[in-house]
Amino acid sequence: MENRDQDSVMSVEGLSLDFKLRKGIFHAVRDVSFQIRRGQTLCLVGESGSGKSVTARSLMQIVDSPGRIAQGRITLRADGREIDITALDPKGKEVRKLRGAKIGLIFQEPMSALSPFHTIGNQIDEVTLIHTDLDAKAARQRTLELLRQVEIANPEQMAERYAFEYSGGMRQRVCIAMALACNPDVLIADEPTTALDVTTQAEILDLVKRLQTERGMAMLLITHDMGIVAEVADEVAVMRYGRIVEHGSVDKIFHAPEHPYTRQLLDATLKLEQNARPATEAAEVAAPDLKPIISVRNLAKHYGGGRKLLGKDAPAIRAVDDVSLDLMPGENLGIVGESGSGKTTLGRLIMRIIDPTAGTILYRQKDGSEVDVAALDKAQLRAYHAEVRMIFQDPFASLNPRMTVKQIVGDPLYVNKLAGGRALEEKVAELLDMVGLEPSMMDRYPHAFSGGQRQRIGIARALALNPRVIIADEATSALDVSIRSQILDLLLDVQRRLGLSFIFISHDISVVRYFCDRVAVMHRGKVVEQGEAARICVAPEHPYSQALISAVPNPDPRNKRMLQRVRLNAS
Amino acid sequence: MLHYVIKRVLYMIPTMIAISIVAFLLIQLPPGDFVTSLAAQMSAQGDSVDPTTLAMLRRQYGLDQPIWVQYWIWISNIVFHGDFGRSFDFDVPVSDLLWARLGLTFVLAFTALVFTWLVALPVGIYSAVRKYSVGDYVATFLSFVGLAVPNFLLALVLMYIALQLFGVSIDGLYSAQYANAPWSWEKFLDLAQHLVVPVIVLASSGIAALVRIMRANLLDELFKPYVTTARAKGLSEWRLIAKYPVRAALNPFVSTIGWTLPELVSGATVTAIVLNLPTTGPLLLRALIAQDVYLAGAMILMLSVLTVIGTLISDLLLAWLDPRIRYR
Repeated sequence: MENRDQDSVMSVEGLSLDFKLRKGIFHAVRDVSFQIRRGQTLCLVGESGSGKSVTARSLMQIVDSPGRIAQGRITLRADGREIDITALDPKGKEVRKLRGAKIGLIFQEPMSALSPFHTIGNQIDEVTLIHTDLDAKAARQRTLELLRQVEIANPEQMAERYAFEYSGGMRQRVCIAMALACNPDVLIADEPTTALDVTTQAEILDLVKRLQTERGMAMLLITHDMGIVAEVADEVAVMRYGRIVEHGSVDKIFHAPEHPYTRQLLDATLKLEQNARPATEAAEVAAPDLKPIISVRNLAKHYGGGRKLLGKDAPAIRAVDDVSLDLMPGENLGIVGESGSGKTTLGRLIMRIIDPTAGTILYRQKDGSEVDVAALDKAQLRAYHAEVRMIFQDPFASLNPRMTVKQIVGDPLYVNKLAGGRALEEKVAELLDMVGLEPSMMDRYPHAFSGGQRQRIGIARALALNPRVIIADEATSALDVSIRSQILDLLLDVQRRLGLSFIFISHDISVVRYFCDRVAVMHRGKVVEQGEAARICVAPEHPYSQALISAVPNPDPRNKRMLQRVRLNAS
Repeated sequence: MLHYVIKRVLYMIPTMIAISIVAFLLIQLPPGDFVTSLAAQMSAQGDSVDPTTLAMLRRQYGLDQPIWVQYWIWISNIVFHGDFGRSFDFDVPVSDLLWARLGLTFVLAFTALVFTWLVALPVGIYSAVRKYSVGDYVATFLSFVGLAVPNFLLALVLMYIALQLFGVSIDGLYSAQYANAPWSWEKFLDLAQHLVVPVIVLASSGIAALVRIMRANLLDELFKPYVTTARAKGLSEWRLIAKYPVRAALNPFVSTIGWTLPELVSGATVTAIVLNLPTTGPLLLRALIAQDVYLAGAMILMLSVLTVIGTLISDLLLAWLDPRIRYR
């Protein structure tokens, strides 16, 4: 025990954080205690609203008002001294000396965590200039060295550039460089890879891990992803409703969890490791008389490329480049790819929300005749949109806040003049019941529902017109893990009952693996590989698919997959 | 950056041409022309008017030519000779009238603008950072009062106060003894003394509006993640506010500079009349009432050109301030 305390760099004892609201006090964090040890990583896991981010911020005393530390002690052991952080004035000089110098912080949103007005170099220099006696020139030298360490090529030029000229992964590297500028003893990473693609996530986690080992830093990593926990954690604390419900070594948490909530989190994650659709569908697909319901041939969408008034000719951006796909009746086709691969554009082209540059989309109607979606007129397109529906990513933005649930779900019926009054109400009740919501809630507004419930409302709206095909664009990306598998199960259940086909667009391999029969992997506008979900997720053939699949964290600390991943060399 | 500047300047040319055509059409809108009004003037004075003389005058001024030729004569005179035509009302060249008043108008308006910014920016920043503090409430209250009180009323009140408390009459720009005196230190001081009240009056509503805008802009920025990042570096609170969110909040500020330039010339007419200031506002009003077409046309053209130039200036300032615009 004595030995362990020697290694402890930061200890938190009985920490409670309160938010003073108009109606009483909200206890965001209650009685939380943990230790962060030199060279070790503590993962704080929990779903949204569990209080993990605000806990991280309190370690530097940067909790935004009206939040404040109500109780507890945060002790930092650095340079042979013990500093009680909770005793310091949040605006005072002492705590500022610790921020950035002894404690480094990396945020979730690399897109907005950097100022767009200042060069990257200027923003990193600043940390050195605040905490050391170095002059501007020496500070810049140090910045360049840091940029080299976080593997930014041409640091001299890149330091003079602005954040918006950096990709998401590069920005996160800059944030890491900034957090490490003064060799902090503790690094706090608050969901550092949530906003990034899987391959970028793997690179960033690699980098953080390597730098941590080199410098012997203590790290507090906050995440909602059990896969990441398994890959990087030494110790895990599971948070729920502002309390730590279970705390232990990573092996114990994954292989001998005690608290039911920990088990629930793990189950939700592990469930997605298997395919929920056993070979039954494959047999159907193999039936020779079955013809595809949607058949996409050589579809392309190019942007730009025209002459500009003044300036150079821009080459066209091929958002979707010569894509051919088939969707069989009753089949779930997954489209995976990283941001910018053209998967969302493809979904929109199939809906004909945007017009294709070239290619055909053949849709087989109920009577067996085929129509070319690209050539439909307005009235025909409306009929097509009744049979092919969409579910959107953002459960908050895709529902009109000024309409009641009844209006939202009933709107497609109303617009197509299919039902009104009493009949509409009954149909809405039936739909809500189908997606697992109380029909009595139909007069409420969307803000009264949680993210998962809202996504159910979106699904009910998509089902209103008895569609045959549903295109789900990242339908579960904004949800917590436990909710995510519930929504996927709901979609599968609805599919069984209504005989739907799904095109499921996602960046999340585990979701696709769970949900889909076949998968198409997209990279730079092209489909690089297509095949059975089970095969693609286990033995992909194309180098890009291999890189993508191997970058997905494996939720088993005894079998870390990410660190042995295949890298795709830039082509 | 240079590419951007050149592009923006080139874009101005077609805009200016379009503006000049509209301004010219406005001049032509009233029935009759310069010669008819001259004839009307002469017959009003009891002179007999010889139709052949009138026809000769028409030919001399090019009024018998098609309208596009007339436009060309008008615009080429302005562009190449700085000749805006003649004011009927004052019977002097329009340019003489304008130049006499523009200098003082600019001095007054520019001082008012600087004063506005010097007061509004710090108060707005304070108001946002210390939201719902006593200082914020006081600033908010005064801003609403400033927005609500009509400028001319404030002018009258301040004139009264100045006269009663300090014994200074602030009617016009100079005291009587300096009006026609050559420039001297005393005359300058006299001018400055007379400018205090107009500047305060002209700036008051601008300050009130800008305090509110700055407060709202800054409140949007204060809780952005990059501010927290800066705080996590260990920057002191006021330094980080000045360096990051204020910089972002200035953007909407700068984009309104474009509107202030024409405002300088046409704005505050009522205030200028109340305070008897020889600025361009009252001149424009008079030209419009008297249908003094060349004077009105010249001023409208000038206002439009100032709008275009103002927009250019604010665009260039924005590009300088915000790298995202520069690289687009």
